[in-house]
Amino acid sequence: MRSSRWQSFNPVWSQLQQFQDEMNRLFDRWGNGSGFGGPSGFPALNVWEDGNDLHVEAELPGLDLKEVEIYVSGGNQLTIKGERKAKLPEKGVWHRQERIFGSFNRSLTLPFPVDADKVDAHLENGVLHIQLTKHESARPRKIPVKAE
Amino acid sequence: MANITNTAAKDRSEARAEATRGGVFFTPRVDIVETDSELTLFAEVPGVGPEDVDLRYEKGELVLHGRVRPRQQNQTMVLQEYEEGDFYRAFNISESIDASRITAECKNGLLTVHLPKAESARPRQISVRSA
Repeated sequence: MRSSRWQSFNPVWSQLQQFQDEMNRLFDRWGNGSGFGGPSGFPALNVWEDGNDLHVEAELPGLDLKEVEIYVSGGNQLTIKGERKAKLPEKGVWHRQERIFGSFNRSLTLPFPVDADKVDAHLENGVLHIQLTKHESARPRKIPVKAE
Repeated sequence: MANITNTAAKDRSEARAEATRGGVFFTPRVDIVETDSELTLFAEVPGVGPEDVDLRYEKGELVLHGRVRPRQQNQTMVLQEYEEGDFYRAFNISESIDASRITAECKNGLLTVHLPKAESARPRQISVRSA
């Protein structure tokens, strides 16, 4: 999974992106190719670095923490998977149906290996926040320069 | 059957700047289900807690405004696939809703609004007698 860096500042780009999203939504279903969450699948992720920590955030409204599974494997692979089940009332008529249901599975290759024992994740108001710490081996080592 | 129309139909990827705050607004995804007794509206508003929701019913229009507290403070993003912003959506509700009994709860970023139907609009089973 490639991490690409793009931000939609340009209004022309976001119009094109919106058109592509519309066409994708028309033809793709859940988790199949590039759908709802930008170019790489559901859920959409925001990742940022903060010194020795890496923060990963995803929007998962309507999900409890027990419905989401987070794995760290191979040192630098993060996997988020879960399932959102639709709670249908017994005798209801749907007027409008926009939310997506089903299972999702998204893997992300992190830019550096992380310490799997020091991963912190919490889900608040439908926003999943994962904090990962750089592994010891990946931390930059300052080399002292000796004067001769 | 109650009538709900969307007065602000925009897609999530299209942002509309709001004059007073200068931020972007997103349209939340909404499911609407009708049962015999009420209409239930489910709106996805991640990042919004119960105290951040501004739900207003005025002259037949239900306005939903969810305030999102900014979570990313000018960080250098490694990957950005979505933006943060407030949620806004408005619906026209027909008169067959009892406005005084509308309730709502917000849990895990999902806002559920219960719109009970007015007594006159509830379906009534009429028993047929043999004359």
